[in-house]
Amino acid sequence: MKSGSNLEKVLTSGQFAVTGELGPPKNADAEVIRTKARLLKGCVDAVNITDCQTAIVRMSSIASSVILMEEGLEPVTQMTCRDRNRIAIQSDLLGASALGMKNLLCLTGDHHKFGNHPNAVGVFDMDSIQLLQMVKNMRDEKVFQCGEELKGTEPTFFLGAAANPFADPFEFRALRLAKKVVAGAQFVQTQLVYNLERFTAWMQAVRALGVHEQCYIMAGVTPPKSIGMAKYMKNNVPGLDVPDEVIVRLKGARDAKKDVQEEGINICVDIINRVKEIEGVAGVHIMAIEWESAVPEIAKRADLLPRPG
Amino acid sequence: MIVGQRKPIQEIIGMLKGIKKILILGCSGCVSVCSAGGEKEVEILALILRIDRKKKGEPVETMEKTLARQCDTEYLEELKGEAGNYDAILSMACGVGVNYLADMYPTTLVFPALNTSFMGVSEEQGVWSERCAGCGDCVLDRTGGLCPIARCSKRLFNGPCGGSQNGKCEIDPNVACVWQLIYDRLKGLNQLEKLKEIFPIKDWSSSLHGGPRKIVREDLKL
Ligand code: SF4
Ligand code: SF4
Repeated sequence: MKSGSNLEKVLTSGQFAVTGELGPPKNADAEVIRTKARLLKGCVDAVNITDCQTAIVRMSSIASSVILMEEGLEPVTQMTCRDRNRIAIQSDLLGASALGMKNLLCLTGDHHKFGNHPNAVGVFDMDSIQLLQMVKNMRDEKVFQCGEELKGTEPTFFLGAAANPFADPFEFRALRLAKKVVAGAQFVQTQLVYNLERFTAWMQAVRALGVHEQCYIMAGVTPPKSIGMAKYMKNNVPGLDVPDEVIVRLKGARDAKKDVQEEGINICVDIINRVKEIEGVAGVHIMAIEWESAVPEIAKRADLLPRPG
Repeated sequence: MIVGQRKPIQEIIGMLKGIKKILILGCSGCVSVCSAGGEKEVEILALILRIDRKKKGEPVETMEKTLARQCDTEYLEELKGEAGNYDAILSMACGVGVNYLADMYPTTLVFPALNTSFMGVSEEQGVWSERCAGCGDCVLDRTGGLCPIARCSKRLFNGPCGGSQNGKCEIDPNVACVWQLIYDRLKGLNQLEKLKEIFPIKDWSSSLHGGPRKIVREDLKL
């Protein structure tokens, strides 16, 4: 427990962990982060700060993490390989650690084709697995990627990765997570779980490899805010699997003149309760981006409160 | 082969503004095979340019020639006596040919008529696709012969990423995910074990990122 991370503490203590997610603004307004942070405070153990998610320019994840810390929350700083080469990434990570960031989520990053600068060069000097390996070596071996010794204080991140049980080929998905763990992942947050059947099958494969004992697996969830959003996620987001049942439930609520958003929260709570029962699931990652206000309600109804610490 | 595509005609017309006498220079190599810059394409382009300039009342004199290759000193030397006779040479070779023309004829204006697209295959009549990015340090022995650099949108070495679905890449449902192809192929070859190993971070110094590349073979020099 070199990192001093609260998230790591909660996970290693065996308690069911909860992380939230916060997307920085497309401007220089710190207040946006403070407002969202206040909504999440007390409901989560740490908050992911995205690194220009979907390749749209936003306030940097490291700068946003500092603002989040000022609000008394712990960030899970995200770092992608899309926009920086190994020199920039290592430099930024030294800075992030010096600024007090304790959790790092290593991602390859969404391709910039769908972002707001599709004409940019995609750097991809390395992939997420190689990134994990590089940061682990900086921390544990005190070496830079080039092999040169890192003299003095090393960055001491609690290292995380993402996993998508719903991408193809399914048979390889648990193995790929195993590779991430070997590379250095200590916790993993999954793609949004709506298809519980497939998630359960994936967890079974993960357990068969013993990977659940080598890293903490947190299931990704989000409340569908509207029928349109559920349909969009089903049809337009690669690697996301939204069964018809979810859309049917939302439509049912609409037809019965009930609140669709309320039903979205119900769906999310139900999924959390189901994944809690699956052996090897160590927590949930609630990604209610642009609907942070739903998180306290979800956490309360899924019996996740109060948070330890 | 190197696959190229002719630039939009208006772009070519734009770059030749004011030029009165031009050599349109084809190449019988790759760009001829992919029907972009061979003898036939030279003829067509010359005709279009003359018609356009005639309509504008600014006629242009075009000469047409196609060399065996424009990427070879021996063939480019054929222009020695005549390069000075033109206001410019419009090369229909790939970028290599255009560069070499400019290298060899320092006082002659040189323009590119093609966009050099990629190194690829001719899948069927009229369809070409990329296969190799010339990284200078081939890894195909480890990926079942399929290139993750040229064919994976994120150049992943430990794919497939979380965006791979139904065999397609996250960037486009019409683009195959090469990591799915690699997986399938290694599975068929009983070599899935290979994918369990972590592919280490690549040394890009042999690729374009390391600066212009050159090979000297002392054993072949005269
Ligand atoms: S690994 Fe390099 S040399 Fe080999 S096919 Fe790919 S880009 Fe070409
Ligand atoms: S979907 Fe496949 S080809 Fe596309 S970026 Fe991911 S691994 Fe590469």
